[in-house]
Order: sequence, then C-alpha cells, then structure tokens
Amino acid sequence: MNSFISYLASGISLGGIYALIALGYTMVYGIAKMLNFAHGDVIMVGGYTIFLAITSLSCPIWLSLLIGVLVCTALGVTIERIAYKPLRGASSISVLITAIGVSYLLQNLALNILGSDAKTFKSVVTLKPIVINEGLKISGETVVTIIVTVVIMIALTLFINKTKMGRAMQAVSEDKGAAQLMGINVNFTISMVFAIGSALAAVAGALLCSTYPQISPYTGSMPGIKAFIAAVFGGIGSIPGAMLGGLLLGVIENLSKAYISSQLSDAIVFAVLIVVLIVKPTGLLGKKINEKV
Amino acid sequence: MKNLINKIKPTTRTTIVTLLFVIFFFGLSQLLVNTGMAGYSYEGLLIPMCFYIILAVSLNLTVGILGELSLGHAGFMCIGGYVGAVFAMLTENVITSDLLRYLLALVIGGVVAGLFGALIGFSILRLKGDYLAIVTLAFGQITYKILQQCHLIKDCNGLHFSFSEPIDASKIDSASKVVILNGAQTITGVEKYKSLIVSVIILLVTLIVIYNLIDSRAGRAFKAIRDNSIAAESIGINISKYKLIVFFTSAFFAGVAGAMYAHTTSLEASKFDFNLSIMFLVYVVLGGIGKIRGSIIATIILYALPELLRDFATYRMIVYAIILIVMMIVTNNEKCKRIIDSVTTKLKFWKKTAKEDN
Amino acid sequence: MAMLEVKDLHVSYGMIQAIKGVSFEVNEGEVITLIGANGAGKTTILHTVTGLLKPKSGSILFEGKELSTTAPHKIVKYGMAHVPEGRRVFAGLTVYENLIMGAYTRNDKNEIEESLNMIYKRFPRLEERKKQLAGTLSGGEQQMLAMGRALMSKPKIILMDEPSMGLSPLFVTEVFDIIKQISASGTTVLLVEQNAKKALSIADRAYVLETGKIALTGNAKDLINDDKIKKAYLGE
Repeated sequence: MNSFISYLASGISLGGIYALIALGYTMVYGIAKMLNFAHGDVIMVGGYTIFLAITSLSCPIWLSLLIGVLVCTALGVTIERIAYKPLRGASSISVLITAIGVSYLLQNLALNILGSDAKTFKSVVTLKPIVINEGLKISGETVVTIIVTVVIMIALTLFINKTKMGRAMQAVSEDKGAAQLMGINVNFTISMVFAIGSALAAVAGALLCSTYPQISPYTGSMPGIKAFIAAVFGGIGSIPGAMLGGLLLGVIENLSKAYISSQLSDAIVFAVLIVVLIVKPTGLLGKKINEKV
Repeated sequence: MKNLINKIKPTTRTTIVTLLFVIFFFGLSQLLVNTGMAGYSYEGLLIPMCFYIILAVSLNLTVGILGELSLGHAGFMCIGGYVGAVFAMLTENVITSDLLRYLLALVIGGVVAGLFGALIGFSILRLKGDYLAIVTLAFGQITYKILQQCHLIKDCNGLHFSFSEPIDASKIDSASKVVILNGAQTITGVEKYKSLIVSVIILLVTLIVIYNLIDSRAGRAFKAIRDNSIAAESIGINISKYKLIVFFTSAFFAGVAGAMYAHTTSLEASKFDFNLSIMFLVYVVLGGIGKIRGSIIATIILYALPELLRDFATYRMIVYAIILIVMMIVTNNEKCKRIIDSVTTKLKFWKKTAKEDN
Repeated sequence: MAMLEVKDLHVSYGMIQAIKGVSFEVNEGEVITLIGANGAGKTTILHTVTGLLKPKSGSILFEGKELSTTAPHKIVKYGMAHVPEGRRVFAGLTVYENLIMGAYTRNDKNEIEESLNMIYKRFPRLEERKKQLAGTLSGGEQQMLAMGRALMSKPKIILMDEPSMGLSPLFVTEVFDIIKQISASGTTVLLVEQNAKKALSIADRAYVLETGKIALTGNAKDLINDDKIKKAYLGE
C-alpha cells in the first residue's frame, strides 16, 4: 500500500508537469490551430537558462526562476512572430514542418553551445521530503510540483474565464475575423497565448529538471511529445482537457512503470491514447467539431 | 516521332519521364563512382537512396494523394525491416538463392507492414486531420518499443520466443543456437544483399505501381476524398474502402523499404522513432505534397546533402533547420507567394517577347 | 461632410480585381443600402471598410479619419460595428459572453451593464437564452445575437452584411423591423442585401453594384420604381 501511494504521488506530480506543458500545446492549438512541436524544446531552453543562472551567474533560486520564465516568454513570442505568423492561413502541414524546423534549430543550437552531455541539475526545491509513516516518504519535489500545478491551473482557469484578455483569447480561438470586428487585436492576443504557454513551459522545465535532476539538449523532446499526447488525450483545444489528460498520463505512466514494465510504459501510454481516440475521437473533454456540409 | 509522343496519355508520359529520370540519375551516379569522380562515401548512399525514395513516395500517397497526415511512417518501415530480417535469417539454409530470399523477405516484410497499415487505417476511420496524425505518431512509437522487447533464438529444438524477459539460457542448446532477435540490441545476423541494380529495379517497380494507382479509378477516388470527403461520399465513393487501400499500399512499400534497409545495414529498433518519420515527412513536404517526382528529387538532395556535409557536422543541422523554416515561409507566405508569382509572370512575359522578337 | 466617405476604392484578391473604383458616401442618420447580385463585390466592400481586407488603392474616411491604413481592431473604437455575413457568432461561448465580447472596446462596467439591459429589452429572446451556447441557437436567433453583439460597442454606424440570408420569411420581416428601430434610435446604417425589395423599402438611398462598380445610385423610393431595377433585382 505504501509503495502504491508513493508511486501514485509521483505519478500525479509527473502528470502535473505534463499538464503544464500540455496547457501550452492546447492553448496554442486552440488559437493558432497549429501543433507547436517546438514547445518541448522551449522547456529545455527554460531548464538550461535556470541551470546557467544558478551555476554561472550564481543567482538565487527565485531570481533564476524569474529569468527562466522571462527568457522562455520572450523566446515563445519571438518564435511565433518570426516563424509562425508569416504562415497564418497556410496548410496545417506546412506550419507543422516549420515548427519541427524550429524544434531542430533549438535542439542543435543547444547542442553546439552547451554540448551533448547531460549536466546535473541542482534541484530548485528546498523542501525536505515529507515522512508520512515509516515506509512512506514523499519527496519535496513531488509536493511542490503538485502544489504549483494546482495553483497555476486555478489561476489560468480564472484568467481565461474572468478577464477581458482571457475572453479575447477564447473569441480569437473561435473566429479570428469576428474577433477582430469586436475590436480585439488578434496578433497581440496570439502573442499573449504564446507568452503564457512558454512561461508555463519554463515552470515545467524547472520542475522536470528538479524531479529528474539532469539536463541535456534532448530533455524537452520526449516530455514534449508526451504532453502533446496528453493534450490530445484530454481533447486538444480544451484547457480542462489538457489538465486532465496530463494528470492521467503521468499516473498511467508511473503505475505501468512500477507494476508492468519500465521499458513498456511509453508503449502503454501511447496505446491508451489510441484506445481513447478510437472510442472518443475528439479526446476526453474535446468538443465535437461540426463539419460544414 | 512527335505524333507518337502526343498519342501517349499525359499521365503515362509523366510516369515515363520520371522512370527515365531515375534510371539516368542512378546510371550517372554509378558511372561517376566507377570512373572515380565520385567518392566511396557517395557510392554507399545510392542503395539507401533507393529505399528512402520508396519511403517518401509511399508516404506521399497517404499525405499528398489521400490528404491525411501520417507521423508514424517509420513504424511500418520498422515492421518490414524486422519481419524481413527474421525471415531472411530463418530461411538462410532453406532458400539457397540469395536474390530469391531477398525478394521474398521484401514481399513478406511489405505484406506484414501493409496489414498493420490496414489495421491502423481501419481502427481510425472515424478520426480526421490532426487526431489521425497523432494516432499514427503513437503507433510509430509503440511499434519500435514493442519490437525492442522481442527475443527470438533458433536452435536444434526449434524456435524460442520471449517477450520482455531474456530467454532462459538453460533451455537452449548452445551449440546450435542462432540469436535472431535480442531485445533492444542491434540485429546483425542478416546476410547483406547490396545490389544497386536490383534496388533500382525495385524502386522502378514501386514507382510504376504507385503511378498506376494514382491514375486509376481508385486514384481519382483518393483525390475526391482528399478534396471533399462529404461530396465524395455523396457520389457513392466508399471512403472506408479507399482509405484502407491507401493505408495498406503506403505501409506495404514502407515495409519493403524497411526490409531493404535490413539487408543493407544492421537493424536497431530505436532508430525508427518519431524523428525518422518526420524526416520522411520533410522529404515529402519539401518535394511538394502530392508530387511524386518532387518527393524523389527532394529525397535525393536532402538525403545526400547532410551525408556529404559530414565535415561541417557541427553546423549542418542548424543550417538544415534554418533552410527548413525559410523554405516553408517562402513557399507558403502570401506576400512571398505574390512576389514569386509576379517574378515568374514577368519572366514568362520576357521570354515571350524575346521569342516574338526573334 | 459625410460620416463615411469611400473614394475610388480598388480591392483585389491576388490577381483578380474584385472592386474597381467604387465611391459612395453615408451621411449621419441615414440608412444606405448596397444592392447587387452575387459576386458583385458587396461583402468585399464591407470587409475593406472594417479593415478585414486591405484595399489596393483609394480612401475610406470615417468622420475625417482614414481607415484604410488603420489597424482593424482600432476601427471599432472609432464607433463602427460590423455584423458579418453568416452571423459568425462565437459558437462555443454563451449568449451573454458573446454580448460582452461586443463591448470589448468599452471599459465602464456600469455603462456596459446598461447597454446589455437595453439589448435584452430589444431582443427578449436573447435574455431567455443568455446562458445557452450561441452555437445552439436557431439561425434567426443567431442573427439577433450578431446584431446585439454589434450594438454592444455603442456604434455610431453599423454595417450589416446580408442579415436576412437563410432566414425564414417571418424572421426576415423581424430583422428588417429591427434595422428600422436601430436607425430610429439614431444609429447610421449601411446595409448590404440581396433581398433588394426589402432593403429598398427601408433605405433612404441606395447604390447598385455590378461586377465591382457602382452602376446606379439614387433615392431608394425612386429606385424601387425604376424599370431597370425592377427587372434585374426585384423580379417584376
């Protein structure tokens, strides 16, 4: 029982990280109708920025985190402006290839500048492990990740539904032209979505690298794909869907790692996705898209 | 002569030109290698080029002709490679003709991959667009993860198979044992078969089959489904059937290419991941979606370039990424398109007036 | 000076020229209609006026301000609202949220609340369904929502694109009644319609558009009796 609870807790924490990344995917998909494959690499950039701020600049942790978030936000907005904005209205496959190009670019820049070897990442979490009973200890990283994820999710939900900017994002997601007729600055709104998504990626990067304490140019790529799967799992374009999808994915992955096979856990995660999509083609909480006849 | 050419159907003419181009290209390459004008490293690229072209062209069938994005093409290649390799190793002493064994391995690898293609196609008939793309991505990832877990050993008592766990050594007759699959480790036991002529012939056959499929009644149905599936259904096109045909054919040729790969170099499941699928997709997109000849040319250039630029290894991927982004923007951005259009019309006009002046 | 003055407007889609030198003006308080067949360029003109399309040349002056170089989202702030063709309500948002989106450029909460109540009074059906998703409304209700949403920005001029399209005859009459009311409450109206008869019956002046050019203009009352118009657009 103790081991189950501890696997579950770390599964939820991993799921929280996936959810934070998935939110970026899903918001961008909602508003720009594109699969932003470079999102995973933004996590990596965030991780490295924090790593370098701590080790090379010896900044305090809070400042390093802030720098990481700011760098990622700027990076996300820049990527959108330079690479994606010129392609608005182009076929989704060309935008996808562009995003893949951006992903390659970020990975290889990191590879050239920082080298291919994985570096040890000193956890940004200073909380001591929580001892519940003799056999059950939950790490500080797990606790902090869960708390941070919950707070961010609540804040984001409030932001989207209660603020003017959040409503503008919803309107632009639905119909760019009509949103413009309401006086919404569509370009600015899209930039804001990329900014928020990338800021969340930086937070996810910090948590991810703290939980699995190392960083390399490929750190973001697999969690990126999995978070993307999580976003689809929950119903891409849906914010609660991304949260649910991320959490479920993390739990399924961790439990299958513990009880079935650590090598097959990824395959199981992907298989669950396929089954869910076959049963419910738009994901768990996805809206049905009515096709015009 | 001109009359004769005009009598041939335009689509047949396209096919012939493409085939001639392929023959010419590989002939010229072989000539350059033989005369020593192209290096050894170039020679090594030619057979892989054949199967990468097959992969790109078969993917183009799904992406360009049927209009469905697939991100798991490497998965089918992986299946074909594994099946072909196992078949070749099991029959090494049964079928004595290398060529026959090779061809059978290709066909069997292709058929098994094709069946998986049809299976995937069948289970996701309801899905569209990005969702379908994600399922193919997931399929590709699952495939290599599962194949990585297979252990297969042949000894005098027969075959021993185990999933996930290594095979218990005490059950195996060590004197006669042949390790065929050993988990995540590389498969090295396939006797290599490297003949450029055979590879080029297989490539030509593939091209003929695919061109004929596109130009057939079924091919027109594929395009109708791509352009407007509801309209296609309303005129009585059985969408499910045609989608399955495409998924099977596309996966079949990917499987054939995988088996060719297995006979060229050692096989490692983890290479067939998402990034490889993306590489094929890049060939297709940069060659022009739906354009078979474009896929061929793009594959030749994009496959050869990074290999030939090994000296600049550190920067080549950065340059490659930037080229990718810039190419996409230049060919898809409205403003850029308009500029290109106006330049080409001006050029045409200029050419025309030049002709008239003469 | 006219409230909205369009001068020698040219618009093209790639190589195809859709609008070839159109000029017209709308004075404060008027109801002006642009009529014409399918493909004459009516929608293109409205889209260009509200900035969804950029003109190739020509000027669009609204109360003396040049719109053709203004970012589209700022145009709403100047006091111009556009009810687009096909209604284009935000299907995934509720009726209430749609209306609030209409007031995006306004900041005073109390005034917005006031406008909202006014809209509910004018369109009681919207109040009944305020919590419903806009996508679940009928075509006629969506048209009302689109008009209500446009009115939420408190426009000086409202541009309407084919408001009667695809509606049942009963709703068509209702929509035109509403346009009359909007005009009566002091908002200037620029109406694009294929239903020329109805449009001319409520308009002050009209412009007839043919393949990207103004073919005819005059008082609505005169045009409705014009033989050419009768033949070509009124089916008499």
